[in-house]
Formats: sequence, structure tokens, C-alpha cells
Amino acid sequence: MEKRGGMTAESGVPLAVRLKGIVKRFPGVVANDGVNLDVRRGEIHCLLGENGAGKTTLMRILYGLYQPDEGEILLHGKPVRLGSPKAALAHRIGMVHQHFHLVPTLSVEENIVLGLSEGTGPFLRFKRTRAKIRKLADEYGLQVDPSTKVWQLTVGQEQRVEILKALYRDADILIMDEPTSVLTPQEVDALFGTLRTLVSDGLTVIFITHKLDEVMEASHRVTVLRKGKAVATVNTAETSKEELARLMVGREVVFRVEKPPAELGDRVLRVENLHANNDRGLPALRGMSFDVYSGEILGIAGVSGNGQHELSEVLTGLRRATGGSAVLQRQDLTNCSAREIADLGVAHVPTERIRVGTVPTMSIRENLILKSYRTPDFCKWSILDEKAAYENACQAMKEYEISAPHDGTAAKNLSGGNIQRLVLARELCGCPGLVVAAHPTYGLDVGATEQVRRVLLDQRARGAGILLISEDLDEILQLSDRVLVIYEGEVMGIVDAKDAELETLGLMMAGTRQQEVSV
Amino acid sequence: MSWESWVIETISRALAFGTPLLLATVGEIYAERSGVLNLGVEGMMLMGALTGFAISMGSGNPWLGILIAGLVGGAFSLVHAFASITLRANQVVSGLALTMLGTGLSGVIGRAYEGFPLWSKLGRIDVPVLSSIPVLGPALFENQSPMTYIAIGIAVLGWLVLFKTRMGISIRAVGEDPATADSLGIRVPLVRYLCVMVGGVLAGFAGAYWSVAYRTAWSGGMTAGLGWIVIALTIFAFWNPLYGLVGAFFFAAMRVLSFRLQAWLPPELLKAMPYLLAILVLIIVSRGTLQKRMGAPSALTLPYTRGED
Repeated sequence: MEKRGGMTAESGVPLAVRLKGIVKRFPGVVANDGVNLDVRRGEIHCLLGENGAGKTTLMRILYGLYQPDEGEILLHGKPVRLGSPKAALAHRIGMVHQHFHLVPTLSVEENIVLGLSEGTGPFLRFKRTRAKIRKLADEYGLQVDPSTKVWQLTVGQEQRVEILKALYRDADILIMDEPTSVLTPQEVDALFGTLRTLVSDGLTVIFITHKLDEVMEASHRVTVLRKGKAVATVNTAETSKEELARLMVGREVVFRVEKPPAELGDRVLRVENLHANNDRGLPALRGMSFDVYSGEILGIAGVSGNGQHELSEVLTGLRRATGGSAVLQRQDLTNCSAREIADLGVAHVPTERIRVGTVPTMSIRENLILKSYRTPDFCKWSILDEKAAYENACQAMKEYEISAPHDGTAAKNLSGGNIQRLVLARELCGCPGLVVAAHPTYGLDVGATEQVRRVLLDQRARGAGILLISEDLDEILQLSDRVLVIYEGEVMGIVDAKDAELETLGLMMAGTRQQEVSV
Repeated sequence: MSWESWVIETISRALAFGTPLLLATVGEIYAERSGVLNLGVEGMMLMGALTGFAISMGSGNPWLGILIAGLVGGAFSLVHAFASITLRANQVVSGLALTMLGTGLSGVIGRAYEGFPLWSKLGRIDVPVLSSIPVLGPALFENQSPMTYIAIGIAVLGWLVLFKTRMGISIRAVGEDPATADSLGIRVPLVRYLCVMVGGVLAGFAGAYWSVAYRTAWSGGMTAGLGWIVIALTIFAFWNPLYGLVGAFFFAAMRVLSFRLQAWLPPELLKAMPYLLAILVLIIVSRGTLQKRMGAPSALTLPYTRGED
């Protein structure tokens, strides 16, 4: 093996990657602003930062997908130019993207050899390929059947294929972009096991995340990015979650949201034996039953794709239920239209806040009255009352702190946080009895996140029943009064948020019923 | 006429009629498998037909005519490739424009060639040995254009490349998920350019066959909608050259029968078959998991730029 160059002065450990002064500008933003990063050989190095801190951009530069505007990349001490992913692969850099890059119609082995020329001529030799895949799979605990088509795999298996794909290409630097966001806690443990085996074999792993617990559990060192700059690199053993959080957001973060005890009122929503299909026509909800009371937040926890999305759609009239019922106070809203349900006082904060929550090309003013434009408040003799709409917009922008040049700004030009404020302002006016909030803080910065949570707690104090769907378990535990765990469209159990244990929730999220957990 | 010779003649004519369909369909399958819908087949075929005719007439060598027609078809398809791949234009608009351009251009240039019989046409052959098989021989191997067998060979080769080679996986990956292909170092624009050109070359061959071997004359707009049958066939064939082989000759048989059964069946009905069947196939493959297994390439008609997820 060739001699590795590039020692760090202080540690003497050879560097696998050194990024010097990386600058990457996109129209309107500087995604990376002079980032320096040193990654040692054989370590798990976390890149920690909020959404939009520039972690993914930086790694895409290292993987050749973007070209830096300034700065230098050194691999094993030698400067390199990575003009394309192919060049990065040639330098033995592999990347597992957050959204997997697999071709669903191709088999596992076809995906793995895609783009490779192994000197066996134009034809594929699957016998040889398969043997190599099996060997890697056994070595690193990445079991998956090579001949299966990728669309038949679970998300966890797809991730294994992605890792295998990189290893098959002899990657010795493996970049993982938020690998745990789609996994159950048990799958996360298995993944961490795999990563540890990899680094013990001399590979280097760069691990992008915004979850502090994962940093503490899995990494050797961590570099914190904030607003496109690397603010610090620390040894994981010498730091704490609190310190990292402070570095990440630039100030102290309160980990506990101030929350008065719930004052339960009447039942707002009763869901009984609810069934519904997903977009592919397969059952997504299989007989869900639960109640939501006035003055409480019921959190729905689960790994993504277990029916949360369908549940929120059925309750807001965007998807047909195939069986069972959902009753709001005394009004049956099963299979009512979205407008009827909204008129009954159900607010919907959708997952896709841009596509479903707003009309992107319409102004803030217009977006704010999308639900009420027909009412006499805004409409007289079928003609819109622009003045009333304007006043409504001004008030909402002030109350919800929507920052925009003026009320005529198109929704698509707002930041994620402001779009969410807009959606909340529209949905929560008129004091809805039930709020269905799906991933309300996903992708928002800390300020917006805090505001959204505060607004939800205000609604709770006002006496609304809130159904909170989120994949962020911390968020669920902080905000909810009760936590319902959903798995493959069934209720695994409902636990009190106060005495919910992460371990128990994790098992339930992986499909164990509450009764079986406690036994 | 005995019913046997009637059947034999129908099959024999279907082979002749299906040859250009098959050639152009294999080409269109390649373009679409890489993610580029090319509605310019009709235009490319007409350009090929004119070129083939003019070159064979000038040089006296029909094979040279067909070869140059392929090159012209390939070059002509670059207009669409450039617009839809490099400029990321709407593929439907650009493809339609290519058809109109090809129809108009070949019509204007070809005016000088209208009405001349072609003396240097591509002759027909009897396949030795095989043509002496009873029934099958005269139906499949007697008095056929060599282009028919070349087309079948191209279809089989096309299937082999698409499903059994590295190149084929790359093409399919580019058409299904260009971002993934790109992340593995496959040059998405290059693959798409090449596939569109394969489509152009084969459409050029198909057009030249029409003017040099089948009709042996040139007239403006002479392909009369063959290019549109090809678009329907591509869908009918589930984007698979082997099914294309079956489909091309099946559709050709429909067309031949529409002439031969005129006395009993309205010919329009049989002529509409390709399109009706294509719609039927679209309905079938847009359902559920079948869509993933045999549906249209996911990235069909979608331009690709790096870094847009």
C-alpha cells in the first residue's frame, strides 16, 4: 500500500480528507462560506448542523456533484479536483444520499454494478458479482438478496444496498447523509454496528446529521456547521450534547418546552376502526381507533410511511376511508369533502407545506383567504373585498410574524419558516376545534420551530384538540400529552408522554404492541 | 385463390410492411428508454426516405442510399436531442416540430424527385434452404427484402444490449432515474444523445426502406403516418425490442388485413387498432405494481440537470 501523506501536526494521525476554505454560492445564498474540515483516517466523523447549515452542500462538493467556487480539496494529503461523481469514485469516495439513489426497476445487483466496467466486456457476469456482494454483506452485516428488484425492498434494505454499492466500488471514504432519518431505532443500532466494523477495517466515515444523540453515540469527532461556516471541531468524548447544541444554534437552547399540565375537555374526535388505502391501492390504515380530547396534544409517532400521511389525509378529506369512521364531536366527517371538513372546524397543517399548504404563485394576501374567500367577510355579491383581504393580511402578518416585503409577495418567495407561519395563520383563524398538524417543524430553523411549537401549545391552552404527526421523536415527547405509536397502519399503543420511555417507543415503532412490550 | 396461398401472401406482405415499423420502433424504444420521447419519428423517416431515394438514384447503389439515409436520420435527430437534452425544451413540442420540419423539408427538396421510378431499387431475395420449407418457406423466406431480416437482427441485438449488457443497464438507469445514474458517473446527456441518435439512424433506415425497397418511388409525405404507428408500438411493446418485434408484425398484419378484408370489415377499424391497443396497454400498465415492472421509463420527457432533486 502506498504511503499516506497529510499528517495533522498535533495528532500525528493521517488525514483522509482535508477541505480548505471551501466557498459555494447559489443564487441568493452562500451555502458554504470558507469551510475548513479535517477528517482523519479510520474515524467516524460527524457533520452536525441545522437544516440549511450547508452540510449536504459541502459533502456534495466532496462527492463531485457540485464544484466549489473557491477552496481546495486534499485527499490523503494530495490536492485533487473532483469534477464529477465519477472522479470522486475513482478516488474511492462513496456517498449514501439522504434520498437513496437506486433505480427501482433494476435488481439489487444491477444497481450495484451500474456504471461500472469491471473488465469483463459488455456482458454482465452475475455469478462473479453475486459472490462479491455476498462476501461484503456477510462481512459487514448488510444482508439483502441480490436478485430482488429494488422496488420490493424496505427502506432499511435499500440503505444496505446503497452501502454495498459504495463498498463494491472499493470506497474507503464513505459519506452518509442523514442515514438514520428513515430507520427504526433497532435499524439505527444495526447501522451503527456496520459503521463501526467499517472504520475498524480502516475505512473513514463522514456522517451528516442534525441529531445530537447520534453524534454522541456513533462518532469519534464532530465538526459543527452553522450558516455555512464550520464553527468548531471537537472530540466527541470531550464534549456534551449541551455544548454541541450551543455550537449548532449559536446560543443556549432550552431542551424542555414550558408546558402547563393538560386541561382535558370534551372529546373532539373519535376515530373508530378506520381503514384506508395508500396511493398504490394497498392498505395503509388497518383499523385505527383512538380519541382526541379538547385541550390535549396527541402525538403520532412512527417511522415514516406507516400510515401517518394517509391518516392526516383521511381526517382532512383528502383521501377516502375504505372503512370505519371519524366523528368530530357529533358530526360524522368520514368521507366528507375537504371543504365540508374545514367548515366543521378542522385545521390542516400539511406535510408538504408549499405544495399542499399554499398556492405558491399567489400572494400572501390571497393565500391567507383561501379557506374564507367565500364568506361574507371577504366576498360581497361574488366580488372579492380586496380591502378586507388586505387588512386580514396585515393583521395575520403582524400576529404570526410573517416577514415579507408586503402582503402581495408570492408565497413561493417566502422562506420555509414564513410559509409555515402563513399556513398556521390561515388554518388557525376561526378557532378550529381540531388541528391536524403533520410535521409542522420539519426543515424549519430554530426560531421558526420554537414559534410553531408555541402556537400549537397556545391552541391547546385555548381548548383545541391537536393531532401532532411527526417523525421527530423528541418533538413528540416534548409537546404531546399522549403518544400514539403507529406501525403499518395499526395502533401499537397509546402511552402517556410523561412516562414514555424511548426504548419502549422504539420497540413499538418497530411493530411490537404495547402489551407485549410491558410483559 | 386457395385459402392457403391467401394466408401465405398475407404473412409475406405483413413482413414487408412491418419492416420499417420494427426498425423505427427499436430506435424509439432506445430513445424513450433513455428518457427522451421523440415524436419526430415521422419527420426523420421522411428525411430518410428522401435521402435513400436520392442517393440510390444518383449512385445506383440502394445499400449506399439506405446507409446515408441512416446517417441523415441520425443527424436530423440531433435537432431534437439538442433542444430537449441541452436546452431542456419540452420534448413533445420539440418532437412535433421535428416531424413538421422533416415533412416540410423533405417535401420541398424532394419535389425534383417526384414521379420518377427508381431503377436501382433494393431487390428481394429467397433465403436458401429455408424457402423450400412447405408453407413457412413461401410465407417467411421467399421473395422478401433482405432489410426485413436485418431489421429482425437489429431488434434481437437491441434487446440483448438493453437487457444483458452494462450499456443497457446504464441506458435504463438514465431513463428511470438520471440523478442516480449521474451519481455513479454515467454521463446522462451523452447516453441520451446517443440513444436519440440510435432512434434517428433506425428511423432513417426505415424511411429509406420505404422509398428504396417497398414503394420504390418518392412522393412528399409518403410514409403517411407510419411514424405515429411507431409511437403507439413503442408503448404496445412495453419498451422492449422483442415485444416490438411481435408488435410490429402484428400491426403490419392488421394493416394488410385492412386492405384485404375491405369487402367485409371497415378498414378504418383495423387501421385504428395500433392506437386502440396502445391506449389499452397504457391503461393496463398505469395500474399498481405493474407500472413499476413494465411501465414507461419514470424519467420519460423529464429533462435532467445535476443538483436538482
